[in-house]
Amino acid sequence: MIEVDVASRLGDFSLSAKFAVNSGITAIFGKSGAGKSSLIRMIAGLSAPDSGRIALGERVVFDRAASINMPIQQRGVGMVFQDSRLFPHMNVERNLLYSQWAAGRKSAVGLGEIAELLGISHLLKRRPHGLSGGEKQRVAIGRALLSNPQLLVLDEPLASLDASRKAEILPYLLKLKNEFGIPMLYVSHSLGEIEQLADTLVLLDAGNVVAHGPIAQMLSNLELPQLASGPDAGSLLFATLNHYDEQWQITEFGLEGQALQLPGQLGNVGQDARVRIKAKDVALARKAPDEASIRNVLSVVIEGITETSGPYAEVDCRVGEQHLRARLTRHSVHELQLAAGQQVFALIKSVALDQ
Amino acid sequence: MSFYLTDAEWAAIQLSLQVASLAIAIALPPAILLGYALARWKFPGYTLVNALVHLPIVLPPVVTGYVLLVLFGRQGMLGSFFADVFGIVFAFRWTGAALAAGIMAFPLIIRPVKLSFELSDGQLEEAAHSLGTSRIRTFLLITLPLALSGILSGAVLGFAKAMGEFGATITFVSNIPGETRTLSLALYTEMQSLSGDAGAIRLTVIAIVVSIGALVFSEVISRRLSRKLGGQHD
Repeated sequence: MIEVDVASRLGDFSLSAKFAVNSGITAIFGKSGAGKSSLIRMIAGLSAPDSGRIALGERVVFDRAASINMPIQQRGVGMVFQDSRLFPHMNVERNLLYSQWAAGRKSAVGLGEIAELLGISHLLKRRPHGLSGGEKQRVAIGRALLSNPQLLVLDEPLASLDASRKAEILPYLLKLKNEFGIPMLYVSHSLGEIEQLADTLVLLDAGNVVAHGPIAQMLSNLELPQLASGPDAGSLLFATLNHYDEQWQITEFGLEGQALQLPGQLGNVGQDARVRIKAKDVALARKAPDEASIRNVLSVVIEGITETSGPYAEVDCRVGEQHLRARLTRHSVHELQLAAGQQVFALIKSVALDQ
Repeated sequence: MSFYLTDAEWAAIQLSLQVASLAIAIALPPAILLGYALARWKFPGYTLVNALVHLPIVLPPVVTGYVLLVLFGRQGMLGSFFADVFGIVFAFRWTGAALAAGIMAFPLIIRPVKLSFELSDGQLEEAAHSLGTSRIRTFLLITLPLALSGILSGAVLGFAKAMGEFGATITFVSNIPGETRTLSLALYTEMQSLSGDAGAIRLTVIAIVVSIGALVFSEVISRRLSRKLGGQHD
């Protein structure tokens, strides 16, 4: 549990943030200049807010009223910076073990295990300046993990990498989440990264926390235009890989007792998956279509319809406990006489698999 | 003309090495601390401190020597304090020559030191703090090693300067053979004597060789170190 309630003023910029999140990966999302970095610097102890309180789990690390301001060395917050910040005068192994030999930290996991997990075992004797951007970031993540942190803070760790390097790092972050269960704060201005990783999202705008909550709920909240509008807006759904059909090379996912089919072999049976469905790729029908090429048809219940000022309407549908958004024209909504509470069929043109 | 140094000339060179070594030992630690402060901190009186540090470059050396004589002479405020408390006498001793040389060399030492502290902007230190090391440990393990090229080249340049210091030295500690007659002072003495041309030329050649050697050496070490680190912010 991370509890933050801080306020700070620096020149023209003022930051005021109040939220509490559980463990797992918490994304701090906002445009550049929204105050993301300022906020995590306060949580990590690199700067002090003007007022407020910060608690990491049981420990109060900052409380202005009680004059508590635990120095960064004692907060147990592992930092991964955008620019990796490896020590150039030490080789990779020295960097990884820095916290242990220089600060006497004990880590429950060993160097070998971490290096194996992050795929950097072959780099141990190299100097940082010879590494690629992606390798540097993996070493930086390993170095932070080996300092035995209670919380891992990643400040735009992928922002300075190109698309293929990003794709190289993301699976490692997922592995960390699954294998260590260490709480993470993940700062990013890329919604794509956040959809793949985060459990909780804190939305920051112009120095204020606009909203925070579970990721899927936040992404489908139409009152948050930063997240829920735009041509690519849609829904994030949690599914399980049920079956792979070798003959047709189709992977079948289970979603709230119904099935989604995606072409190709996309993982192992039993694996959890996040699927992303754009609102514009969902059509609604009153009757289940027969003899259609679209294979993914889900039975859903309309929760609500929001008409925009333009030609479109956003239809919020419920699939079991989860939400699926459809973007239709207002004209279709009118012709089909759609209304809240109706049971309809969602025809899904395409599904993107996030992990 | 003989190419071989006389005993007196050897003594002067040995004394110069001794004086320069002590001068660097005295000047380097404060140059590192002050260089760090000037590179990283903003404090009231910054401009004044910065000017004071560079003062020996512009001040006539004889003025520096005279100020030292007034402060560190037997009757001087600091001179009597050091003599009474530590039993260290500066006036007309080789230790005084080292003090004068250290002060004259100080601006040359601090320049590259300060520059190398300015090159890294504290981000690596933040990372080190987050990994659990205290400010002092971080300074010793991260900041100092990364500034090593600047510190070494400052020390080498300062050493060369200290070896050849003349004006402040002769003013403060006079020209006593075997005690304060360093290379430059020996050269000056030979120039004054009728038969001293050969000796003056020998010492001149040595002074030139030492100076060029120091400049080249300082350039080489800073290049080699920066290559080894491959730039700090790549």
